[in-house]
Parts: sequence; C-alpha cells; structure tokens
Amino acid sequence: MDKYRIYLTGVGGQGTLLATVVLAESAIYAGYNVVASEVHGMAQRGGVVESTVMIGDIKSSIISDGEADVLLGFEPLETYRAIRKCSAGSVVVSNTVPVIPYGVAIGKGSYPDVDKLLDFIGSKVKRLITIDAQVLAQQAGAVLSANMAMLGALAKSGALPVPKEAFEETIRTKTKASFVETNLRAFELGLASQ
Amino acid sequence: MHPLLTKETGKKFLLLGNEAIVRGALEAGVAFATTYPGTPASEIGDAFFRIARESDLYFEYSTNEKVALETAAGAAASGVRTICSMKHVGLNVAADPLMTLAYIGVRGGMVIVTADDPSMFSSQNEQDNRFYARLSSLPMLEPASCQEAKEMAREAFEISEALELPVILRTTTRLNHCRGIVTIGPLKPPENKGAFEKIPSRFVTVPATARVRHRVLLDQEEKARDMAVKSPFNTLTGEGPWGIAASGIAFNYVADAIKDLGIEDKVRVLKLGFTYPFPDVLAEEFIRSAEKILVVEELEPFLEENLKVTAHTNSLSTPISGKGPGLFSRLYEYNPGMVREVIARFFGVDYTRPESIDIKEDGQQVQLPIRPPNLCAGCPHRATYLAVKTALKETQTEAIFPTDIGCYTLGILPPLECADFLICMGSSVTSAAGISKATGKKVIAFIGDSTFFHSGITGLINAVHNKHNFILIILDNGTTAMTGHQPHPGVEVAPQEWDKPSISIEAVVRACGVENVAVVNPLNLAKTRKAVKEALGSIAFQSSYQRPFVPFMKGVFLAKKRNASLKSGLNATLIALNALIHLHALRFIKIRIPMAQQP
Ligand code: SF4
Repeated sequence: MDKYRIYLTGVGGQGTLLATVVLAESAIYAGYNVVASEVHGMAQRGGVVESTVMIGDIKSSIISDGEADVLLGFEPLETYRAIRKCSAGSVVVSNTVPVIPYGVAIGKGSYPDVDKLLDFIGSKVKRLITIDAQVLAQQAGAVLSANMAMLGALAKSGALPVPKEAFEETIRTKTKASFVETNLRAFELGLASQ
Repeated sequence: MHPLLTKETGKKFLLLGNEAIVRGALEAGVAFATTYPGTPASEIGDAFFRIARESDLYFEYSTNEKVALETAAGAAASGVRTICSMKHVGLNVAADPLMTLAYIGVRGGMVIVTADDPSMFSSQNEQDNRFYARLSSLPMLEPASCQEAKEMAREAFEISEALELPVILRTTTRLNHCRGIVTIGPLKPPENKGAFEKIPSRFVTVPATARVRHRVLLDQEEKARDMAVKSPFNTLTGEGPWGIAASGIAFNYVADAIKDLGIEDKVRVLKLGFTYPFPDVLAEEFIRSAEKILVVEELEPFLEENLKVTAHTNSLSTPISGKGPGLFSRLYEYNPGMVREVIARFFGVDYTRPESIDIKEDGQQVQLPIRPPNLCAGCPHRATYLAVKTALKETQTEAIFPTDIGCYTLGILPPLECADFLICMGSSVTSAAGISKATGKKVIAFIGDSTFFHSGITGLINAVHNKHNFILIILDNGTTAMTGHQPHPGVEVAPQEWDKPSISIEAVVRACGVENVAVVNPLNLAKTRKAVKEALGSIAFQSSYQRPFVPFMKGVFLAKKRNASLKSGLNATLIALNALIHLHALRFIKIRIPMAQQP
C-alpha cells in the first residue's frame, strides 16, 4: 500500500490538532508526501474536533466514509461515532477514557458502556488497539501528554510506514520545549503499552 | 523571529493554507494588511499581527470588513502593496467599497482574500463569493493546494499592479485549514512609504468620473481575460475523449479519482485557478477536444455556466454537465468518495464504493449523546443568560431574544435557550427594533463587544432616534473570543506593547443617546438580575453610582439615575463585563504551532 488515510477524532482540548501536526511532520521526516486537514472554529468550544492526515500520493485532504486506513480516536464515544469512516480493513487505535458530554453532565441522556462500544468496533475492523492514554500520560508526568501516548500506540501498531524515530524527532523539534521530556515519555509509554 | 519570515529559500515547510497565503504576500513585499477576524480566514490576520511587530509591515484589526477594505484601499491608492482578508460574509459588509473600488482601481498591488465556508462549519450561510468577481469585474484566483495558495498570493500582487485593479483570492475552509508542503521563495522587503497623487478624475467617483471609470474597468477586464487564458494557473492536461473541468479544492478530488478509477488515459482535465475573467479561449479548446464534459466545483455552477456560454458562443454542442440529479449538488462541500462516484457514473466506469461500517448494525442500539460546541465551563455569558432568565421568571415576563454572532450565540442551546433571531453581524440591535415594533412584546437583544463595534452602533443610534423599545445587553469580554481572542477597539486585556487607546463601550452607548445604562459584572447574579428587572421596568432604576473598580472589573456595578422622562424609548442597555474570565485573552499572542524546517 502506498497511500494511507488517517482520521483523528476527539474532543476540544484533547490536543488532537497537535497530534495531527506531529503525525504529519513525522511522515514528512520519514520521506513521505503529506496533506492534512482540520476544522477550527465552533468545534473548539468542547465540541468534536476532527482532523485528517494523508500520507503518500494523495491530493485530497479529507476522508470519505469507509476510506480511513487508520482511525485514531482520542475518546471512546467519538471513536464509535466516527466508525463510519472505517471499513473491515481499517486499524483503530482508541483511548478508553471518556470525556462526558455537557448534556450528559447536566442529566440529558447517558454515556454508553465503553466496553460495548469498543466490542462492536473490535468485531468490525481488522484490528482494534485500546489504551488508557490519560493513565499513561499521568505516569509520564502530565495528563496533557495523552495525545503523545496515543501517537505511541499508533507507532507501535505498525499500521503506518512511519518509524518511531521519526515521531521522537518530531516531538523533540515541534512540541513546546518545556513539554518535550514529558511528551517523549508519554510517547514511549504508548509505544510499550500493547 | 516569526517562522513565516524565514529566509530559507528553497526549503520545504508544512504550512496551513492561511499561513501559505501570508507567506505568498510576504514574498510579494506586502506592506499593509487589514482584516476583521472570521473563521476560516482568521489565521491570516493573526499571522500578520505578529509579523508586523517584527517587520516594517503595517497591520490592523479593523472594526469591520468595510473599514478594513477602505483602509487598505487608501494605502493601495497611495502606491503601497496591501492585503485585506475576511470570511465570505465579511465581503458582504465590504461589498459597497468593493464595487466602486473596482472603478477607481489601485496603484499599489492589492489582494482581497475571501474565505468561503461550504457546509457552514462556522458560518451562517454558504454563499459562493465567486459571484463577487463577476459582479465587480475583478480578477479572481482560486488555489487548490497550500503550495498554490502561496504562489497565487504572490502572483496576485503582480496581476493587480499590471491591471491596476484589486485581485480577489477566493478560498474555501478546506484550503484555509489544510496543511501541505510548501517550498519557500525569497522574501521581498515591504515598501511601506507611499505617495498619494491627486487625480480627482480617477479617485473621486462623482457620476462623470464613474462613467469614465466603468469603461476603463471593462477594458481592464478584457486584459485580465487574456492573462487568464495564458495563466500558468489554468492548465489543460491529459489526453482522452472525456473532459473534466475543476477548480479549487474539488480539483484534488478529481485528480485522486482519476487515478483511483484507473482512467488516466481517457480524461482531459481543465484545471482552473485564474477563474475570473473566464479564460474562454482555453475553455473553447477544451470543449472542442472532448466528447462530453463534467464540471466539478463546489457550491454554484459558476464554471459550468461559463463553459456552457463558451460552447454556445462557438456553436459547440458538446454535452456539459455539473449540477443536477445524480450529479453534483449546490449544497455543502464535496468529498473524494462522492466525486469519484459521480465521475464513474457519468462516464460509465465500473466502480463499487468501499463498504463503511454502520453503527446501525450494532445490535445494542446505543443512543449516542450529542456533543455540540458549548460555552466554556464558567463562561460569564452563562451567568448573564441565567440572570436574564431568572429576572423574566420572577417578573412573569416573556421575551423575544434577537442575538448576534460570537461565543454567546451558543446561548441558543438548552438549558439557556436565549436566541430567537439571527441573520448577520449587528442584526440583534436592528431586528430587535423591528420585532418590538411589530409585536409590542418585550424584546431583549444580545450582542458581543466586538460585534457591537463591528456593526451594532449604527443600529443603536437608529433605535434611539426612532424611539424603539427594547433592552440591549452588550456582552463585553474585552476581546474577540470566538475567533481566537483578537483585540478590538474596546480591548480591556491588551497584549504586550499594545499602545492603542481603548474606546469605552459605555461612553459610546451614552453618546448614542441611551440614558439608562447599567454596567454589571454578570458573575454577581443578584445585581445582574436586579439590573435586568430595572430594565424591564418592573422596579425603579438604581440611583446609586459607583465607579468601576478597573483592574479586574471585579464587582462592577454602575447605574445612573433613571430619567423620569425617557427621551428615547430604548429602555436600557446592560453591559455585562466578562473581563475576569477573559484574562486568557493574553494567550492570543502565542504562536499556534511551531513550524520547523523539513529535510
Ligand atoms: S471563550 Fe470566553 S466568551 Fe467564549 S465561551 Fe469561553 S469563556 Fe465564554
């Protein structure tokens, strides 16, 4: 396969956009052509944040339903919601820690059972990898680094042609200096998590 | 140094579409930049804002898009290279200067960036601003990639100066917010000292001048058409009996689809980047070489109609299709799979779409809670809305809520539900007048501080003068929160080295003739509720007067004596100060994501 379409989804504030840039830059570092896309604006007020990274000979920057090779879900409900982007051949990497929607928090509706959501996904796609990104990030020293733990799990999955060294180099050069150590630790923990 | 000021010519960087536009303008030596922030164009102004602090470029966040365009027009008439960026609906606000600026033209190159938002990710409509090019007779470029965005932004200045006309650079959200690899070219230092040559017969559009200038514009339009025909941004590639014409982001979906469907040897592609004036000669060549043609463009059939006119003019009967049942829609943005499918169907190519996973197959039938964007936890706007709702409940009053554009529009969501009418920036104040007059009901309108400066003031003056009767609540957080905390004329929390005077909203409101003004801190629910009740006329207006406690706007309550004989019908204006929470406004000076050099 010479083309890879990666769909990222999460909730505002989870650092999905930084993860998008780190993934894109890592792929470039590894010698690939890259286009990425993100939606700003209203989505940042605690809403769903979706972005994409295309690696290889692709010009389009967005992903149609059923066409994601990899789905990186930063929140289990959002992974589930975005599953239409996947097909039976997709690899899904999902965080297992829910972010409770505002509506649920004020008593409107309930949050579904995470295991059941993930079981369904697992039964439909080629491979499902789950990690508790917040716990790993906490171990690394800052819960904000959960996005880097997610990238660690993605790198480990082998679903993309981007070596871990490319991620490490990008984290070193592209994330905030004061966070580099924690980010790298979180990445390594994600890498070792499976 | 700002990363976009890099001197590493020839190096490749991963840039956001908006950053690529900024870099292209810098490579053209742009010296003067104006904007009013609006998604998806905001990052253009934000980058210029930071760059202006370390270069000779002048930049300003103008009060609205009309002001931004007219300010830029003055600089361009003085021979300085200018850029003015805005979101698509911003060009509606600036449409008045745009139409006549086209008549007088410019002397320094001028680029007007309009960022359309198909699918309305963060807008109130999805109008197709390519029609502004046709309406104004101005040349237009439409990039398909980040690299092209940079090239076009730079080239637009050359085209502009060659024609002495502003050039429209039209983008869509997917271009503004896509990231792609861009090769950096040499920077050109800004020449920011202009000279204004007095030529009233050109620059003062009295009817006699305008008649002459319209003719000049039409002549220039034909020159621009020649440029479009020869432009490297318009290309005819591939060989084969089928024709596909595409522009903007849709071109990428076409290029990928042709490969995915394996029809490289069957299709000729007309890729248009210089889309107005329509390059008719090139289009004619394309039409002649094709058996049938599919036009792929988001939103309106702009190219399609031009192609059909070209075919008709040349007595060509080649079938040309684009919008229609089974083909493309005029609604929403496209996606690669949809374009691939329509191409396959139109040309009769075998294709089965990939099977996507459907959660309806999940036997558990889980009800998914929605996750709409929401006001930040602890946002003082919530407190304001809550105070209004309680005051209404306690006084058993029903009210209608015209609202405006900003974070506070999210007050539409339950449990607040404080939004009943919204069409555009500033429409809260004006529609409130109409609704209250027509219904005789209590009307409470909400408007943000930046929106108030943008287009609330004239409506307020109108309301006072015409004795309209409603309550206006100005939600003042001292910044333009929703688009990324850009400063505005009333800025309370200024970035470092900010040396611009702040205009007091309260003073403006009073100067507009509003006599009952209460300034409250919404986090003080009791006082805010009381102020709303006073405004509703249920209790006498507070007569105590306290000076605001400035640094943190903590516990501000300021109410002037109720004037027994109300000169204006407008019963009151509340200004809810949210400065406390908006200390995070300081963050907008940060660079979003560091850009670094590629190997
Ligand atoms: S950014 Fe400010 S105004 Fe907007 S929702 Fe958050 S706290 Fe409220």
